[in-house]
Amino acid sequence: MENRTFTISVYSENNVGLLNRISGIFLKRHINILSLNVSESEIDNVSRFVIVVETTEKWVKNIVGQIEKQIEVIKAFYHTDEETIYLENALFKIHSNLLFDEKQIQNIIKESQSTIVTVSRDFFVISKSGRRSEIEEVHAKLKPYGIMQFVRSGRISVSKEKMEVSTLLEELKK
Amino acid sequence: MGTTKISGAEAVIRCLLEEGVDLVYGYPGGAIMPVYDELYKFKDQLHHVLVRHEQGATHAAQGYARATGKVGVAIATSGPGATNLVTGIADAQIDSTPMVCITGQVGKHLLGSDAFQETDIIGISTPVTKWNYQVTEASEIPEIIAKAFYIAKSGRPGPVLIDITKNAQFDELDFSYEKCTGIRSYNPVPKLKLDKVAAAAELINKAKKPFIVFGQGIILGQAEGQLKALIEKSGIPAGWTILGLSALPTDHPLNVGMLGMHGNYGPNLLTNECDVLIALGMRFDDRVTGNLATYAKQAKVIHFDIDPAEIDKNVKTEVGVLGDVREALDALLPLIENNKHEAWHNIFKEKHKIEFDTVIKEELNPSRPGISMGEAMEMINKHSKGDAIIVSDVGQHQMFACRYAKFNSTKSNVTSGGLGTMGFALPAAIGAKMGRPDREVVAIIGDGGFQMTIQELGTIFQTRVPVKIVVLNNEFLGMVRQWQELFFDNRYASTEMINPNFVAIAEGYYIKAKKVTKREDLDAAVAEMMASKDAYFLEVMVEKENNVFPMIPTGACVSDIRLS
Repeated sequence: MENRTFTISVYSENNVGLLNRISGIFLKRHINILSLNVSESEIDNVSRFVIVVETTEKWVKNIVGQIEKQIEVIKAFYHTDEETIYLENALFKIHSNLLFDEKQIQNIIKESQSTIVTVSRDFFVISKSGRRSEIEEVHAKLKPYGIMQFVRSGRISVSKEKMEVSTLLEELKK
Repeated sequence: MGTTKISGAEAVIRCLLEEGVDLVYGYPGGAIMPVYDELYKFKDQLHHVLVRHEQGATHAAQGYARATGKVGVAIATSGPGATNLVTGIADAQIDSTPMVCITGQVGKHLLGSDAFQETDIIGISTPVTKWNYQVTEASEIPEIIAKAFYIAKSGRPGPVLIDITKNAQFDELDFSYEKCTGIRSYNPVPKLKLDKVAAAAELINKAKKPFIVFGQGIILGQAEGQLKALIEKSGIPAGWTILGLSALPTDHPLNVGMLGMHGNYGPNLLTNECDVLIALGMRFDDRVTGNLATYAKQAKVIHFDIDPAEIDKNVKTEVGVLGDVREALDALLPLIENNKHEAWHNIFKEKHKIEFDTVIKEELNPSRPGISMGEAMEMINKHSKGDAIIVSDVGQHQMFACRYAKFNSTKSNVTSGGLGTMGFALPAAIGAKMGRPDREVVAIIGDGGFQMTIQELGTIFQTRVPVKIVVLNNEFLGMVRQWQELFFDNRYASTEMINPNFVAIAEGYYIKAKKVTKREDLDAAVAEMMASKDAYFLEVMVEKENNVFPMIPTGACVSDIRLS
């Protein structure tokens, strides 16, 4: 079985220590987490983890099984890239003088559909949302001019198919 | 329910009493002192056994749990007290043993300050617990302890650790207790799907060479009767994992023996000849399957398990039946046709004859001068008549104990299976005997493992618990030595042991003790031990370099099992 990129979505209670418990499942199997994002979900008081890994389907099944087994996990799913809508967000902090001295930078912002978040006397900040490759492309274009700071978020994604968590919670309440 | 104001420490004790706990194992220390103060006040209702090392508390709690089916409880202080629990917790996790560990922790205001005896036991125990939780407010105690017991014993059981900061033990709360009956994110027993049961029945009824393999799930699920009924109705031979041992009486005609690395010849060989493999409450551990790429590839596999993560984890199944095994077998039984698989069963008997002639006969009645571990076990059988609880440690003697011990009833084999924890047996035997005072408990231990938790002789002395301790002494770490002989060209790196006078040590603890070196003395010595009303220590000097056979070398195919 070949390695592929999988997005694991975990719906859980919002409890201290659960992140450690979930990351330990990857650690035990020596599988590197490519990206991790934890946020609220569409359900009140339920957290959602989005974890990206590159591994085989056999392993991702095993991992999702182990994640679901954790007491505070409500449900876990895995999807391939084709089965999800996903993006990441990046921030670029750049010297303000470049915005005026280097005309090309404004073109890069326009063409890549990035936005300027803030401009101050010393620096300005560009935000770019999109797939990893699109962010990398912007990064490559800006790099020659000098980037003061760069940061990219973990992947966030929604599945194309339904993930039946709300109904599951309703059933469990009965 | 009315409420009363009590301290967190008293609440801990009242919660334990509400859960029906009457016995706990532990060791006091600074951060758990308020709880110990309450144990003193409640000593008429809750018996605390002072062990000699916290690891002993966990193994004793495990032994208690395995012999009774109830939740074992261990208590320790923060820091080293808590870290000393870790081996037992990991053992309970991999062997699905219900256990609740309660640890003291430094006060909430000191958390993260590297205070005296502060350690992050939540972080440390996370990968080896079914659940853990740090209590920092007294008011949390009833709900959290109720959850702890519910989680430890429901579904696939396991260990839970509750860490309680010192302020939470001192502070007061309005106490009322309600047992936990469910957690919304936790589904311990998946709903049984009857179509899966029907699919399983169809495969079983059509099979020409079916084979049942069962594990501890049968014992944990209290499905021993259903297992026996299934075997008898279907006429299907059954083999067991070492944690499944004793779920089916040894002398049952369809009990064909032990699976795995040092298991019996027939069940291993014929795993690769059966047409339908019916796995009941077992998890296809690598010690059972050998090389997965060549394991039962010809067979359609039916897997009954309570844990969804086990289905298809190691072995691809044709039919996975999720749910409570007792309920599942109750649903399956009426669908099973009466059958006899005599020709197929006869092949098991033929294989047994081969194993008997080449291995067992010599092991039980050696022509060699030294006492063999097998004959020592056979002598214990003679005097226990199969009614004892056998608690074995880890190594060659464990394999001999599992291979040769006779059992008439369930929950009688207590051993460290998944983790392979040397030092398990002595404290586990204490727990087993305290849990089942009506039964004879015999610990079978090697000279290596005995010295890993030998301090628990002190617990036996102080509590007067009448356990029988048999050390099979070959002056070697025998299993490692066997591997060195077979796979490392006889290079005996650090496996030879120069041992102390064990009898003198036992006698130092005022435990009756005897040493046997000659075959002719074995019978009388075992008889004397079994007749003793008190604890008894028997050291049997066995052959130095005997090997356990049959054997499936690591990573080999089950059908490549070696008889010598």
